[in-house]
Amino acid sequence: MNRRKLTSITAAGLALGLLASCGGGGGTDNNGATGFNAAAERVVNQSTKTGGTLQGALSSDWDSIDPGNTYYAFSWNFARTYGRALTTFKTGAGDAGLELTPDLAQGLGEVSADGKTVTYKLRPNIKFEDGTPVTSKDVKYAVARTYARDVLPNGPTYFVDLLDAGDYAGPYKNKDLNAFTGIQTPDDQTIVFKLKQPFGDFDYLVSSPQTVPVPQAKDTGAKYLEHPISTGPYKVDSYVPGKEFILSKNTNWDASTDPNRKQLADKIDIKLNTNAEDIDNRLLAGSLDFDVAGSGVQASAQSKILSNASLKENADNVFSGRLWYFVMDEKVAPFDNVDCRKAVQYATDKVSLQTAYGGPVAGGDIANTMLPPNIVGHQDFNLYPTPDNKGDVNKAKEALAACGQPNGFNTKILLRSDRPHEVSAGEALQQALAKANIKAEIVSVPAGQYYTRFAGAPNYMHQNNIGIAFTGWQADWPTGFGFLQQLVDGRTIKPQGNTNIEEMNLPNVNALFDQAAASKDPAQREQIYGQIDKAAMEQASVVPFLYGKGLLYRNPQMTNVVISFAYGMYDYSILGIS
Amino acid sequence: MAAPLDVTGATAEAPPEAVLEGAGKAIEGRSLGQIAWMRLKRDKFALAGGVVIILLILSAILAPLLTKITGGPPNEFHQDLIDPTFSKPVGDGPFAGFSWAHPLGVEPRSGRDVFSRILYGAQISLVIGFLATLVSVAIGATMGVIAGYFGGWIDTVISRTMDAFLAFPLLLFALALAGVIPDHAFGLSGNTLRVAVLVFIIGFFNWPYIGRIIRGQTLSLREREFVDAARSLGARSSYVLRRELLPNLIAPILVYATLMIPTNILFEAALSFLGVGIRPPTPSWGKMLADAVGYYSVAPMYMVVPGLAIFITVMAFNLLGDGLRDALDPHAR
Repeated sequence: MNRRKLTSITAAGLALGLLASCGGGGGTDNNGATGFNAAAERVVNQSTKTGGTLQGALSSDWDSIDPGNTYYAFSWNFARTYGRALTTFKTGAGDAGLELTPDLAQGLGEVSADGKTVTYKLRPNIKFEDGTPVTSKDVKYAVARTYARDVLPNGPTYFVDLLDAGDYAGPYKNKDLNAFTGIQTPDDQTIVFKLKQPFGDFDYLVSSPQTVPVPQAKDTGAKYLEHPISTGPYKVDSYVPGKEFILSKNTNWDASTDPNRKQLADKIDIKLNTNAEDIDNRLLAGSLDFDVAGSGVQASAQSKILSNASLKENADNVFSGRLWYFVMDEKVAPFDNVDCRKAVQYATDKVSLQTAYGGPVAGGDIANTMLPPNIVGHQDFNLYPTPDNKGDVNKAKEALAACGQPNGFNTKILLRSDRPHEVSAGEALQQALAKANIKAEIVSVPAGQYYTRFAGAPNYMHQNNIGIAFTGWQADWPTGFGFLQQLVDGRTIKPQGNTNIEEMNLPNVNALFDQAAASKDPAQREQIYGQIDKAAMEQASVVPFLYGKGLLYRNPQMTNVVISFAYGMYDYSILGIS
Repeated sequence: MAAPLDVTGATAEAPPEAVLEGAGKAIEGRSLGQIAWMRLKRDKFALAGGVVIILLILSAILAPLLTKITGGPPNEFHQDLIDPTFSKPVGDGPFAGFSWAHPLGVEPRSGRDVFSRILYGAQISLVIGFLATLVSVAIGATMGVIAGYFGGWIDTVISRTMDAFLAFPLLLFALALAGVIPDHAFGLSGNTLRVAVLVFIIGFFNWPYIGRIIRGQTLSLREREFVDAARSLGARSSYVLRRELLPNLIAPILVYATLMIPTNILFEAALSFLGVGIRPPTPSWGKMLADAVGYYSVAPMYMVVPGLAIFITVMAFNLLGDGLRDALDPHAR
């Protein structure tokens, strides 16, 4: 009896001591001066206070936590806590977050006169979590292993496509790294990329986690995800697929070599496969700090947040970087005629589509260009204006007459049956088109094979006379090139996995992409991206209707919170907890 | 069920009221159907179920007329009634959006009338429920009678086939198949094709349930004297099957068909819920329920209404089915 009492007193004393030490970690310069959308304008709750555990949750799971084998935006954002790529995005609100800054490298890439060689020098004194120094060979190896698509299938293939490496097939079949000629490492600090042709946005490419160094001796191929070797402020303690992902401080990370990140919390604890509604409830209750997916809360939490002022000031309604749009296949009659496409452009009631898609908060802002506002190269224009964006039946009928179909025509709308918002948007479009005598039948197919068998297979579109297809897009890196090339460059049309669904193939647009790739001047590239957007919209086969948005909620306990425009969610590399 | 000495239940049921009621009138024989109908009339729950079903069928058939009075076309958008920020009908409380024009409210996001979508959804549910049951009964009764009557290796083959069908992961198969239906096939297209495929999947894979029951009944019937008599008079098997066995099997077939309809309606709802049912914008109860999941807290009635529709329909069929079983086959209790 006595003993039990004693222990509980000791425990209470310990708890007090812990609390006291928590308070002494560092200075906090905020006084709750937050507000709705505050994290989109500045870094909220700035603090240098250390300690505590950041609690995260995810309603699904990572594709892989291996930096060389992942392709989700949240994963690329989060990978920066345990890995350093050659470059990264600056921490800061608004356009500042789109700016590239050297990370492992000392500066941005030095491009040779012919544009085909890009050289980076690594910062000195960077170490892996086990204390071994990071060399340029580790970066080379990291890129080399992404060539083994059979072992690491998830990431993008830009390096495979761009680097001059012959038919290199990855380091698992041939362990000799000298066989990989796409990258040269003259010394331990220097890394030289050899390109097949110039590529203006190369600095953006190397910001992907595919350049996070991997020590060849520690690589276990497909099993590397069990313990990726960290170079960032945190190291992986454990990753149990479908269950949890726990990281703790990496003692071999040196803040003096890394101006971009912070190491504040002691631990990061992420629960996987958590129910989405449950995540929202715990966020609002304060027992969870952030939803890792960063795509926004569900409908019920949204209504709670927006109708409660004290919750609303901890929320941000931000661009996700995603564009929701539909296309008309230029190879399917009657959309082989530009005037018939214009008829649909004018008949579309974008406000109705927006409401059907979840409204201005959960859906997004009405779009009239392909490039969203948080992409380098965005220009504001509208080639097919209608009153209040609600569609113009008269102009649509004029276009129909010009197209030789004055009585309208029949077509089909392809969409994904397991996406309720997309289905609603398709039904809204069907209603709007009917007003202009365009009768559209909805064809709904499973999302899982949308790009392999249906919308992404031009043959399917042609054989089934699918005129219209819904789709959405998010860029791999936030420039006009990264966003538009896969959508409107005619040379990207593929028999399967096609993302240029409208089959646009215009010589002037294709030439603009080459021009942008060859340009070494970022300002000029930005200009060209705007031109591409306009030229593509003149073709009238793409109808952008929403710049996607999500409502994010940040636990007021979380420090250094800012929206990263590059990822369309909170910047995970500087978070702390008070 | 009842123990030999348990006379309370047995006596209450055993003497047909025909004796008592018929006391004043001229005594006449009553057919099996008349007796069953009399028993059914006394079962208020079964009658209520029957009335609900008739009303449902009527309103499904008359949907185009009823929605002219109130509700309007099922696919017409009324987004002026939707608050775009919250995606829910304008107004406060769970009954926001309810009005004379829209007696059961409007759908979140699109503002389509829920009442008229429920009525048109009933068409789909009932058509699939009935047709799929018809397919199951046709196959199941035929196979069951053949297996039970002929026995031997025929019975073995059919029974094992039934076991195989019962072991089939029907839902997974339906999901896979419904996902790969082409746009045109067998001269059908669009929703007609989808309904046909759903009827086929649901009906074709559920026949062993009724098949087993019919086989069991046939096994016991074929040993009865009247079958022996027919056979000794030289009746051929086909005659015995059609004229001697089948009439005696009508009762169990009717009962189990009635009980299968609600199961099939639920199965269609489940498929629609999972996104492989009818194509949008055609309304379906399961689809409405699936859409409502994301809005249960902001527009709760949108989930309650299709849920209630499914509940009431399934309940009505089950009550009627139970009543029919009691009336046609009192021993089955």
